[in-house]
Amino acid sequence: MTFYIARRMLYAIPIAFGVSLVCFSLVYLAPGDPLQTVMPPDATAETIAIVKHAYGFDKPIPIQYLMWLGHVLTGDLGMSISTRRPVIREVIDALSNTALLATFAVPLAFSLGYTMGAIAGCLPGRWLDRLVTGTAVIGVSLPNYWLGIVLVVVFAVELAALPATGMGPTGSANFHILDWSCAKYLVLPVMTLAMIPIGILSRTTRAAVAEVRNQDFVLTLRAKGLSEWAVIRHVLKNSLPQVMAVMGLQFGYLLGGSILVETVFTWPGSGFLLSKAIINRDVPVLQGTILSLSLIFVATNLIVDLLQSMVDPRIRRT
Amino acid sequence: MTDIAALDQPLETFAPQAAPATRVRGYWRSVLYRLRHDPVTLVFAAIVLCIVLAAVFAPLLAPFDPYKESVVSRLKPFGWKEHWLGTDELGRDMLSRLIYGGRVSLLMGVMPVLIATIVGGLLGVIGGFAGGRVNTVIMRAMDVFYAFPSVLLAVAIAGAMGGGIGNGMLALTLVFIPPMCRVAETATTQVRALDYIEAARATGAGTITIIRYHVLGNVLGPVCIYASSLVSVSILLASGLSFLGLGVRPPTPDWGLMLSTLRQSIYVVPFVCAVPGAAIFVTSISFNLVSDGLRAAMDVRL
Repeated sequence: MTFYIARRMLYAIPIAFGVSLVCFSLVYLAPGDPLQTVMPPDATAETIAIVKHAYGFDKPIPIQYLMWLGHVLTGDLGMSISTRRPVIREVIDALSNTALLATFAVPLAFSLGYTMGAIAGCLPGRWLDRLVTGTAVIGVSLPNYWLGIVLVVVFAVELAALPATGMGPTGSANFHILDWSCAKYLVLPVMTLAMIPIGILSRTTRAAVAEVRNQDFVLTLRAKGLSEWAVIRHVLKNSLPQVMAVMGLQFGYLLGGSILVETVFTWPGSGFLLSKAIINRDVPVLQGTILSLSLIFVATNLIVDLLQSMVDPRIRRT
Repeated sequence: MTDIAALDQPLETFAPQAAPATRVRGYWRSVLYRLRHDPVTLVFAAIVLCIVLAAVFAPLLAPFDPYKESVVSRLKPFGWKEHWLGTDELGRDMLSRLIYGGRVSLLMGVMPVLIATIVGGLLGVIGGFAGGRVNTVIMRAMDVFYAFPSVLLAVAIAGAMGGGIGNGMLALTLVFIPPMCRVAETATTQVRALDYIEAARATGAGTITIIRYHVLGNVLGPVCIYASSLVSVSILLASGLSFLGLGVRPPTPDWGLMLSTLRQSIYVVPFVCAVPGAAIFVTSISFNLVSDGLRAAMDVRL
């Protein structure tokens, strides 16, 4: 087990380096000089040269990458062009707001999706099974930003029951979960974020459970005289690794998909920060946010792999 | 019962007989047969066809000019003066814009998938067939892109390059190459180990011939099915990019862009604002169900 953990963690390191390389090159994908946005248009060639030297832009690109990586490893992601604040502060503030959404959306989506899928897989062909199959197709085809707009139209415009956008008058600093005047701002974004993972997860769970139920050992369990509940317990446990893999992926899509949902609800999270950075052409913030989100995704995948290997020791041997 | 009874029969009964009169269908005929008996796929294939035809013949179908603005008829509800689906914030006819919008949305749904299928599929076949170090290099490079959630990668690339239809399509292509490559690689690796590849090599077939005749035939099925399932993802991502201001630029009609600009008017004409999203949803679900139907009919496991 220790060997497997060590090997899997070692494997994550080159991936993280690759991610940092892609994020670094984002600056060079941007058209024009990376300094163009910072410099005043009437700057002399001399000033530009000085600034270039100060930022290290006159060095060869591999050296620039190593310098940048050194800064990143010490937690320095540069300065935001639009707000002049350190990017790391902006990212941490935004991530804590996204985490707030995720703490509600992830358990909701995973518990609902898993339960629906498991019941449908155990009772194939019933009405619930059809419902799950239908929900799954809708879930994968639904543009979540549109779902957000529809929910706003229904609950905020027509029924006037819930606030449409934002985090409420207190802002993110004094946001209290237990206070309904704050918590009501969470309802619509959380529902929107959870919808797609519910569909995908219920479909995967249904397929995994149905597949395990067809295996020979289930017949043996029945022949042994185990009760239906005990059989279901075995089936669920065996279908878990497959479901967990999809849960890990969905967690990542929640992170990535939050960019659209947070834009719809103007929720000041990492996705909203990203879309603001795009509008302002604030490349350091864009780079920093994407780097942080994808490193979280890499870490999630690592954790999911380790959890999978705990549930199913066979994975360790491959 | 019949088996035991048969044992008592004289042996002559077992003399060679004419084959039973069941028609044996070829692969493609059986695929067609299964598709013909799958009403859900047929219905949604018809919807896809309608959407494509509407986009192609947009100038003939659209009741108004999609760019024609009008100050007096801004933000009108459904059914206002011949404007069946109302008008947008500049007084342009929603139905016409919706029909024209299908052109860009479909283009951005299909083109990136097509290019990614060719590039990613080729990389996957090369990696899978060559094996060893070549495979490791290709697949580990792809793993890096797997470390980004797909929406995030598309937004990152399009955001850094600055939007527009071309950059949006390039970003989506880069998002789809790694999964496409993985599907092709898995299929190729499975085929490569089979005996008939060995036999073909023993009879003197070259690498190119083996890939063309023996590998591609087995890889194209899963690759095409996977590509068809990506079309709906691509449409969703493309309109998401336009929604963020990273895809199509105004005034070109595009469903994602329409949704984004109409969002400001949600308190004036709430239902008109939801229409472009419904178009995205219907297109995406239709492509999804057709792809599922094809996969079932072609009996492909991904």
